[in-house]
Amino acid sequence: MKHLLSIADLSAAEATKILDTATELARTSDGQIKKLPTLRGRTIVNLFAEDSTRTRISFEAAAKRLSADVINFSAKGSSISKGESLKDTALTLQAMGADAVVIRHGASGAAQRLADNEWMSGSVINAGDGTHEHPSQALLDAFTIRKHLGKGSSDLQGVHVAIVGDILHSRVARSNVLLLSLLGAKVTLVAPPTLLPIGVETWPCTFSYDLDSVLPLVDAVMMLRVQQERMTELFFPNPREYSRYYGLNAERMRTLKKTAIVMHPGPMNRGLEISAEVADSARSVITEQVSNGVSVRMAILFVLLTGSHLEVGSM
Amino acid sequence: MIQPKYHIKNGTLPNGEKKDISIENGVILSIDNVGSVASISSDYVVVDAKGSRVLPGLVDLHTHLREPGREDSETVLTGSRAGAKGGFTALSAMANTSPVADTAGVVEQVFRLGQEAGYLDVFPIGAVTEGLLGLSLSEIGAMADSIARVRIFSDDGNCVFDPLLMRRALEYVKKFGGVIAQHAQDPRLTVGSQMNEGEISSRLGLKGWPAVAEEAIIARDVLLTEHVKSRLHVCHVTTAGGVEIIRWAKQRGIDVTAEVTPHHLLLTDDLASTYDPIYKVNPPLRSHADVHALREALAEGIIDIVATDHAPHPTESKDCEWQEASFGMLGLETALSIVQKTMVDTGLMDWQQVSERMSHTPARIGGYEKHGQQIAVGSTANLLVIDPSQIWHVDRDLTMSKSTNTPYHGHTLPGVITHTFFQGRATVIDSVVQKIGEVQ
Amino acid sequence: MSIALSAEDISRALVRISHEILERNHGSKNVVLLGIPTRGAHLAVRIAGIMSKIEGANIPFGTLDITLHRDDLRMRPPKAIMPTLIPQSGIEGKDVILVDDVLFSGRTIRSALDALGEVGRPKTVQLAVLVDRGHRELPIKADFVGKNLPSSLDQSIRVSLSETDGTDEVVIEPRVQL
Repeated sequence: MKHLLSIADLSAAEATKILDTATELARTSDGQIKKLPTLRGRTIVNLFAEDSTRTRISFEAAAKRLSADVINFSAKGSSISKGESLKDTALTLQAMGADAVVIRHGASGAAQRLADNEWMSGSVINAGDGTHEHPSQALLDAFTIRKHLGKGSSDLQGVHVAIVGDILHSRVARSNVLLLSLLGAKVTLVAPPTLLPIGVETWPCTFSYDLDSVLPLVDAVMMLRVQQERMTELFFPNPREYSRYYGLNAERMRTLKKTAIVMHPGPMNRGLEISAEVADSARSVITEQVSNGVSVRMAILFVLLTGSHLEVGSM
Repeated sequence: MIQPKYHIKNGTLPNGEKKDISIENGVILSIDNVGSVASISSDYVVVDAKGSRVLPGLVDLHTHLREPGREDSETVLTGSRAGAKGGFTALSAMANTSPVADTAGVVEQVFRLGQEAGYLDVFPIGAVTEGLLGLSLSEIGAMADSIARVRIFSDDGNCVFDPLLMRRALEYVKKFGGVIAQHAQDPRLTVGSQMNEGEISSRLGLKGWPAVAEEAIIARDVLLTEHVKSRLHVCHVTTAGGVEIIRWAKQRGIDVTAEVTPHHLLLTDDLASTYDPIYKVNPPLRSHADVHALREALAEGIIDIVATDHAPHPTESKDCEWQEASFGMLGLETALSIVQKTMVDTGLMDWQQVSERMSHTPARIGGYEKHGQQIAVGSTANLLVIDPSQIWHVDRDLTMSKSTNTPYHGHTLPGVITHTFFQGRATVIDSVVQKIGEVQ
Repeated sequence: MSIALSAEDISRALVRISHEILERNHGSKNVVLLGIPTRGAHLAVRIAGIMSKIEGANIPFGTLDITLHRDDLRMRPPKAIMPTLIPQSGIEGKDVILVDDVLFSGRTIRSALDALGEVGRPKTVQLAVLVDRGHRELPIKADFVGKNLPSSLDQSIRVSLSETDGTDEVVIEPRVQL
């Protein structure tokens, strides 16, 4: 494994290896050890052509805990915002000797373009590309679900997860559908018909327009952020109506199984897709998702940056 | 300058007959049974076409030559050479240049540049609306009366979306027997669209371009055409549904013709999985079922012609993220090979039908009198020779076009065009484009 | 292929190592055994069992995974990370006995010392190995050795233990060329 571009490229064994590695790394960072020498002398570039403070900080923390050197290359004030092409940025990173590039980009497929072209030789990690995928988020979500609901085994057999909201534009949903189903979970997408993609019936999941009928059945419910711009693009009449049918409030939360957990990839619109009581309730594992994110991203860096695909001489 | 005379021997005509053809003074002088001429005068250049087909020179109704304005991607000269290489003797230059071809001045300039290049006839297409903006009619009459004698009008790249404006345009061109070539794309249903809407666009997270955005406009326009009794040409049909609407319109007797591009006869939307924008094109590549329907429709004649939609772009417009990239791909040099591969080698069409779809019918739609003639004594010597049994390897670094954005780079294609004759002059000999305008 | 140590040889060697550890450390009071996964961890459990029988006392033991501290991570695909499990008593001020199956270049032990440094500061660190096959690349030496097996570099030494491999034996065999 050299790159992490899409969950579709992973086998169940590879996904499990990342999650198992993350489990051990999480155990390590629970103790007083905050820093490991594993990636000493390696350079990791965070190339964020789109703002995302949480994902960038999470990858930065992960890289630093493994002693890698981290260079942040963000949209505002950088050459990316001055219209430099992805190709020229990649050539610059290659010249600087980046071992890995963590890329967040507004264009679907940007990470794959970076990996497929001969612009640079390092590993490429997709930290969210347009409305395509966000594999590290799915891995941390699966990690969190496994920790709470995994039936002792390494997979998610028998676990039922609902993903609720703007599926059409959600890279988190795309990656999660692929990963959770790969690991044996059952996934149900819930959204108004306008926010489900054409051809969703070919995805490895089921879907519903009715949140109330799905909630009592699931072990985990993942609420997706509703982007501000959707409100003006005719996808639903207004935020109030959206919230009425697809928002998770305290009343709806009571219909969940006792053991069910509530997730959100953040940042939340409190009062729109999720109410404050739900976000702050004991069922919410939202802040835990954030801390799990660091362990999972450490595992991703460890798995991608160690091994024999790198060009080095033998000793 | 004295033109050489040519004697093309042992060639097979579109109808399957083997003949020897003599060309002199720009016309076909004689057509004889193979070997029946006792001796060939030594002032003839002999071309042995044994095993090859001799076809009428191809006529493209949809070419982006980019001049004036984007001479970095193509000029009338380089586009003419690419056309000659692909067996074309006439191209129709789309109006979306800079400045837009919406006045007599611009179309006359493009027409003259074609004459000066001398590889083939360049017939300008005029813009339907001023500046392609879709707000008011351009000077259609002046363009029709200019030396370019424009008969086809199109806002290609943009759809003439306003139904009232479309109605007026259809009516206006009746005065001189013109035709409106519509780029059928509902702009509201395709805001920001990147590729065919379906299973693959949803998986890739690329904004979908629904088939209905094309079909709804075709349906509206055939009804308008029927109402005002005018003539409509539908550019680059890509969907099975579009084919059905055109079939229905023709059955009703509506005067509509339609084109399909070579790439829509071969390539499908799953190629977008590479995120390589070389496959990004407007209208987008569609599904396997659509490709199948388009092939059937072309064979049946529901779709009348093949047109290339040759759309050159500079490297930087394709060497980037998908959504940043320009729409379009090269087509002139590979068109006949793709048609052979998809239509002839599959048994759907014979070479007579190829000649109709790529020469006779497009020339008739455009009113290009010296083109698309039958191969007969006295016809203008616009011809090509293709050896269908040979294959060739597409190499983007060897294109005659100024641009390299061919989706077929690295492909092996059937059918090698060895010669092209334009008004009796060889523009291509042994697959090499000749220098025209210099002494040969 | 030849059998260098039989099951009986292994068990005798472990008993002797246990006695030597007790002797060197004047009993078991301050001793903590840390095995390096996978087989070193099983050996540590066995040694702890033998020592506890001799002493009639509980011997704290645990595991120390060194994967994240290896210096060859760029070159070969890493093994899965195994747990590091430190006994309740910790290692601060203790006499830590690192246990591994084979001592070869010494790089594993260097990594183990780094890994140990992250956990705490023992009073002493000692090394017990079942087999020492020579070819050291670092100034590292074992305090307790089951058997010295001088070998050539084109041979490999395979340690089997019943916990992981169903049987106890050590064999020398030609190196498989990859």
